[in-house]
Amino acid sequence: MSPSGAHDFDAVIIGSGPGGSTAADVLSAAGWSVLILEKGRNHLIDMADPSRLAEDFSNDEIKFLFRHFLGPDPLLEPRTFRRHAGEGDRIHVGEVNSVPTTVGGGGTHADGKVPRFREDDFRMLETFGPIDDAAVADWPLTYDDLEPCYTEAERLVGVAGDAGANPFAAWRSGPYPMAPGAPMFGAVLTSVAAEAHGLHPYAAPTAANSVPYDGRPACNNCGFCAFFGCPIHAKGDPVASLRRALLSGRAELRPETFVSRIVVHNGRATGVEYQDAAGRVTTVGTGHVVVAGGGIETPRLLLLSGLEHPLIGRHLMFHFQTFAMGQLPQKVHGHKGRSVTHVHDDHMIPDDESMAAARAAGLPWFRGGMVEHAGPAHPILEAKLAPWGPLHKQVMRASTMREHLWGFTMQGEDLPQATNRVDLDPTVRDVRGFPVARVTYQPHRHELVASEYYGAKLVDVMYTAGAEWAIRATSPNPDGTDVGGFDGPIATSRHVAGTCRMGTDPATSVCDPWGRLHDVPNVMIADSSPFPTGSGYGPTLTLVALAIRNARALADGGGPTGADVA
Amino acid sequence: MPAFFSDEEMRVIEAACARLIPTDEDPGATEAGVAHYIDGFLGAFSFDPPRIWAGGAFSGRFGGSPGFASFHRLTAVDELAWRTRIEGSLGQPEREWNGPVVGLQERYRAGLAQLGGDFADAGPEDQDGRLRAASGFTALLYEHACEGMYGAPEYGGNRDLMGWRYIDFAGDVQPRGYTDEEVSGP
Repeated sequence: MSPSGAHDFDAVIIGSGPGGSTAADVLSAAGWSVLILEKGRNHLIDMADPSRLAEDFSNDEIKFLFRHFLGPDPLLEPRTFRRHAGEGDRIHVGEVNSVPTTVGGGGTHADGKVPRFREDDFRMLETFGPIDDAAVADWPLTYDDLEPCYTEAERLVGVAGDAGANPFAAWRSGPYPMAPGAPMFGAVLTSVAAEAHGLHPYAAPTAANSVPYDGRPACNNCGFCAFFGCPIHAKGDPVASLRRALLSGRAELRPETFVSRIVVHNGRATGVEYQDAAGRVTTVGTGHVVVAGGGIETPRLLLLSGLEHPLIGRHLMFHFQTFAMGQLPQKVHGHKGRSVTHVHDDHMIPDDESMAAARAAGLPWFRGGMVEHAGPAHPILEAKLAPWGPLHKQVMRASTMREHLWGFTMQGEDLPQATNRVDLDPTVRDVRGFPVARVTYQPHRHELVASEYYGAKLVDVMYTAGAEWAIRATSPNPDGTDVGGFDGPIATSRHVAGTCRMGTDPATSVCDPWGRLHDVPNVMIADSSPFPTGSGYGPTLTLVALAIRNARALADGGGPTGADVA
Repeated sequence: MPAFFSDEEMRVIEAACARLIPTDEDPGATEAGVAHYIDGFLGAFSFDPPRIWAGGAFSGRFGGSPGFASFHRLTAVDELAWRTRIEGSLGQPEREWNGPVVGLQERYRAGLAQLGGDFADAGPEDQDGRLRAASGFTALLYEHACEGMYGAPEYGGNRDLMGWRYIDFAGDVQPRGYTDEEVSGP
């Protein structure tokens, strides 16, 4: 039932990524009028006829990897970075962990691995206990609470997976909507090797259609998956949610609108102020605001709006990535297939040996993360790493990187630390003159120790797979001098979370268990910012499931703060 | 007729790219038109729409209607970004929201001066020496040379798919894609 009131929309949703689009879908289905404001361009959907899919995405390495087609353009919207306050205001201006700024948000560039979290991801403090200098916490909800929404999220997004394949998976109430797609040859090789080491690789739950689904075709394995928009819309990006919302007749999408402020009076949001493409400033009145800008832009907007909760922007988490890559004698053609088809979760489960290693390093425990089996795929990237001169062509013909390099990326759990944060840069501005987000971040020793421990094991697996040589690296590399580059202190994982952590106590959390700001309860967050801990799984499915749960509670007038809902 | 460089400058860029990605038993930067790619990028705004983002969804090389050749129109703010990146801020206040920006065109003109106007006629060892001496510019030129060699031909390089053919890369394969057997087999 639509809430009544003298405002333009029942809800204004800021951001059209997986979280915002899901909230738009749920709220418009419940009869609410919603306005979705997206600062990026629209290349995802035909707004005049939302049942038509746009034709702007393509297999084009220049456009997607080097010319910021999905945004943000680091010139227009830079971010700044420093490891710690002792480095001064910043050590880098430009690209800092940019998740796409476009209609569909991060859903457009992801290669669509969408695992659920495990039960213990919601109970880190209870299960494993505290660690010095980290704010390990339990979530104010359990896996069991979220399971029905995970099931719904998998159905809405369209996930292909094999329910029995992962012995470490949380319980689930039903099968995946689709069976997995074709396994990549390299992943077949490393899966056999991983199994020889007692590991348990399985078909990655993937938001890429293995059969036609929900009016979108099956994935045809083109290989331009991670960092590219899908030309045929076989990917479970937010197009499905957005399309439903727009077709409801109760949702409106306005791309190229930059929200500069949530207008708050006496602890309630009354409107949202934005600039359109022509620079005109508009304020729309609204009963509710849903913020879904992602782990960096969401706290930036709250700070730009003058909100003062001291934890806004703190507990920033990435995934600490550990790479173990080796050269296989076979051609593994990583450019054929959906980027990643196999993963294993063993390194998320502490055992006696890892606990002993933790204690030897002075930690009570550590945890790694999900390990993706994959190789690099694109020729311009390969060429830029090759030398110039007579060797160039030899290196490209041999194609050590594109055809023979294969290995593992572990998305290691990154512990929340209050000192890792997003705030407003004191002087650097975006193109519209607003302060940009500044990231202050350095990993906890937990991440470094876990990476050393599991990285060595992953290198061993590569040799078992037949690698002629294998190497290890991490991102971030805390000591790396390539600031702003791949081998530097800025995390390249696009998984960002934690900057508006949720909890029951307003003193130790920014939003309540339903994603609503303790201080401004008609503002709800629908992205990964509320995550109290970051898990070793990608955040997308969990944030979509949370958005389903929390938006529905909002529409039903439910949740513990239901009395506040108009 | 180049879009940005003079004919003389074009000769130097071509000669430099030929040292970076040489011709051997396979075609190199010269045959693939890499300098033409770079010229088209630096002169992107002499085209309408500007040659920044090729269109979608397909090139037509593997079926579907060819859309790459229809470049996207830019929004006002994207034009501002790309003009600033390519031309520099040139003292214009609306381009200097974070201070002055040195554009790619200026970096190329400075790089050409470092290489010398007689670069194209110098011997190969002399050319390599000059490229090494201008290491900052050479790194930039090499990045763009790689894009021109291995990027979609609609951007002006990779002529006749020479860059992709010699490394056995099919390029943009939509809407055909790869069969399950091609993905899972050796």
